[in-house]
Amino acid sequence: MMRLEIRAEACPYLKFAMSKRLQARRLDGIDHNPWVEFGKMASEYDVVNLGQGFPDFPPPDFAIQAFQLALNSDFMLNQYTKAFGYPPLTKILASFFGKLLGQEIDPLKNVLVTVGAYGALFTAFQALVDEGDEVIIVEPFFDCYEPMTLMAGGRPVFVTLKPSPTQDGELDSASNWQLDPTELASKFTSRTKALILNTPNNPVGKVFSKAELELVASLCQQHDVICISDEVYQWLVYDGHQHISIASLPGMWERTLTIGSAGKSFSATGWKVGWALGPDSLMKHLRTVHQNTIYHCPTQGQAAVAQSFQHEQLHFGQPSSYFVQLPQAVQRYRDHMIRSLQSVGLKPVVPQGSYFLIADISDFKTQMPDLPGDADEPYDRRFVKWMIRNKGLAAIPVSVFYSTPHRKQFDHYVRFCFVKDESTLQAMDEKLQKWKDELRP
Amino acid sequence: MFSAQRRLWSLNSTAKFLTINSSKILGLPTSAKMSLKITNAKRIEGLDSNVWIEFTKLAADPSVVNLGQGLPDISPPIYVKEKLSKIAAIDSLNQYTRGFGHPSLVKALACLYEKFYQNQINPNKEILVTVGAYGSLFNSIQGLIDEGDEVIIIMPFYDCYEPMVRMAGATPVFIPLRSKPVNGKKWSSSDWTLDPQELASKFNSKTKAIILNTPHNPIGKVYTKEELQVIADLCIKYDTLCISDEVYEWLVYTGNKHLKIATFPGMWERTITIGSAGKTFSVTGWKLGWSVGPHHLIKHLQTVQQNTIYTCATPLQEALAQAFWIDIKRMDDPECYFNSLPKELEVKRDRMIHLLENLGLKPIVPDGGYFIIADVSLLDADLSGMKDSNEPYDYKFVKWMTKNKKLSAIPVSAFCNTETKLQFEKFVRFCFIKKDSTLDAAEEIIKAWTGQ
Repeated sequence: MMRLEIRAEACPYLKFAMSKRLQARRLDGIDHNPWVEFGKMASEYDVVNLGQGFPDFPPPDFAIQAFQLALNSDFMLNQYTKAFGYPPLTKILASFFGKLLGQEIDPLKNVLVTVGAYGALFTAFQALVDEGDEVIIVEPFFDCYEPMTLMAGGRPVFVTLKPSPTQDGELDSASNWQLDPTELASKFTSRTKALILNTPNNPVGKVFSKAELELVASLCQQHDVICISDEVYQWLVYDGHQHISIASLPGMWERTLTIGSAGKSFSATGWKVGWALGPDSLMKHLRTVHQNTIYHCPTQGQAAVAQSFQHEQLHFGQPSSYFVQLPQAVQRYRDHMIRSLQSVGLKPVVPQGSYFLIADISDFKTQMPDLPGDADEPYDRRFVKWMIRNKGLAAIPVSVFYSTPHRKQFDHYVRFCFVKDESTLQAMDEKLQKWKDELRP
Repeated sequence: MFSAQRRLWSLNSTAKFLTINSSKILGLPTSAKMSLKITNAKRIEGLDSNVWIEFTKLAADPSVVNLGQGLPDISPPIYVKEKLSKIAAIDSLNQYTRGFGHPSLVKALACLYEKFYQNQINPNKEILVTVGAYGSLFNSIQGLIDEGDEVIIIMPFYDCYEPMVRMAGATPVFIPLRSKPVNGKKWSSSDWTLDPQELASKFNSKTKAIILNTPHNPIGKVYTKEELQVIADLCIKYDTLCISDEVYEWLVYTGNKHLKIATFPGMWERTITIGSAGKTFSVTGWKLGWSVGPHHLIKHLQTVQQNTIYTCATPLQEALAQAFWIDIKRMDDPECYFNSLPKELEVKRDRMIHLLENLGLKPIVPDGGYFIIADVSLLDADLSGMKDSNEPYDYKFVKWMTKNKKLSAIPVSAFCNTETKLQFEKFVRFCFIKKDSTLDAAEEIIKAWTGQ
């Protein structure tokens, strides 16, 4: 006998409505997702997609071979591994980063493997941020920091990187964007539980200097605050700049979680393998969250990452190291993009690191202030939509990386990803050339 | 504070070093003061212990025959491994895919499950791909369960249900499966039932959801139509949600049929149904699971997803999609893995029942799943040597058995809440999704044990 199902969507008058509230309160205010909107638009039009941050070139051969090996060797790699990380991976992460951070890192106590750095961030917030805790977030910020703080019942406290004025004709630089020390100090209260730092920074591309990190470190120690350091772009540094891990500064290891990403390290974002490193006193709480959320991470991706790190450990610091070659190649892409964008009047801010640069669109805001969009929609969002529809280029409006009250203030920048193949950059050039031609009266 | 010295990896002399400031070099104390603020969030209070961590460590000794953790030691089907192997070579599959589920995978899942729901399933709005079924349970509970809510959990229960409900600030309300007396015939998982009146008494205006697990871990019960109807009636009467954990949906044995509570009248709109690639294709290490349900529920799980892990691994999802297409096309064929695996496992189940009976135990024959529980008190093992007399009987028994008989299992009281551990403390769970040589080794141990 066929069961006739009457479904709520088919019959609106039978719409499901619970008498009690349906979704949990922790989801309030965090359901919006800017990526879905812009990603959708980018796929609907014929565009060169310089929006979302992933490479359009493959991972290096040794990484692909590592994955192949993980799939074709022991068939037991198809089954669960250790909950807190596949042992060869936690072992090599401990030794590799132990050296970099100047710490003895125990693979069992100081390392947790997660589903991407995103998963590490979530685990850290859930483990350590409580109802009413304040979390200092440096603006502009990778957009998940705010909703993750809110979902944990925390209160985000924003402090803004501010650019100093540049000379006419000179390009702005991400290093020019700085925190005011007095302003930063004023954000710390007795309720401050954590500060989230991202270096190299997404979207601006700033690489925090030692002095800047020392300032943050001293405030964290003074106010007894945990530092969550998102260092996914640690290898993507240019022009001879050096990435510094705040956990390596005096007094910081015991209060810092250092988060990293295999996706960004090996140009394999789809593997979704990340990690958190830190003292056992903090890591044990992340482990508790982990065992009550996803419990295990997929095994084979971890095996591939372990093998890839073996390769890098062997070649560390040498020209054959991927962590040397990748930033060298990407720096050229960056420079290409900087040159090209200027041809249509976009003003790129030169990044010292990360996958991204932001470009100032103030001139466009002056010349064409009335682009289609909602009444209260920040200019940069309207500009990006216009650019997708009319110029065949997709990017991300930088106001999505700001707290709601500041979006109108910082609505004149657009973020471009330059970790793209030469062919993509050439396609970008073609679109820009056409745009430039259209500018001539 | 830090563990014993690890041999520091020494670099080639031509390598460049980053300048490192170590607190040790500068002579500063590594922990100037014990911080008062570096405390954990309240949501994880009391959730730090975990039975698996403890028992998998015990069973890690290679000389132990491990019938504990639910982990197949049989090979996944060849075509599943082959698909994954080919995929790693495809460029685009090494980068991010769609957050709520890789397009080809959600399409395959929609196509598969439409056969059961007899309605179209929207792959983008009514399906979410998660990090294992574990991730789907987490997303469901975080998305739909609030502080102050009550959630009914049927005992014994897969152990993560209770901590996940507590982590959401809600109160678990327990109801045990109770066994009818069995006179003369074999003890079956179907002898374990819920008392309808007792179940009804657990529902009230605060009840937000009931978590159902069918086929059931650890008993192996496959809920009948009548039993599911009782639960459905209560869900509708009290306007509650149903989170239906159906990871073992294909593993049902002769004479039994897996039924989806979401297909019952009035249930689609209030049910999240959870499945698992790990259990479907014997690839637990792929950690892919899914939730199927109406958009007005799934959208909240999607919100959790975009604020937790955002997206699952791409190559595994594509491989899974391709493996599904192979079996979706031949669902009536005995070669289809959804048919062949339960056939293979039924033989192993019967063998294991026989072995446990030889040992003098009374195992409960499961109608589904890949576990068997048995009352071990009949063996009257001498556990006086085991320290920590506060532990339940089955914990001590498993530790004793692992140490002295080189056979490991899982204590069933781990699947009970603190107050009711005693109800199940004589039972131990054995996993039978094991290759023949593992079962042979178990047989040898049992023969030696009984002095045969």
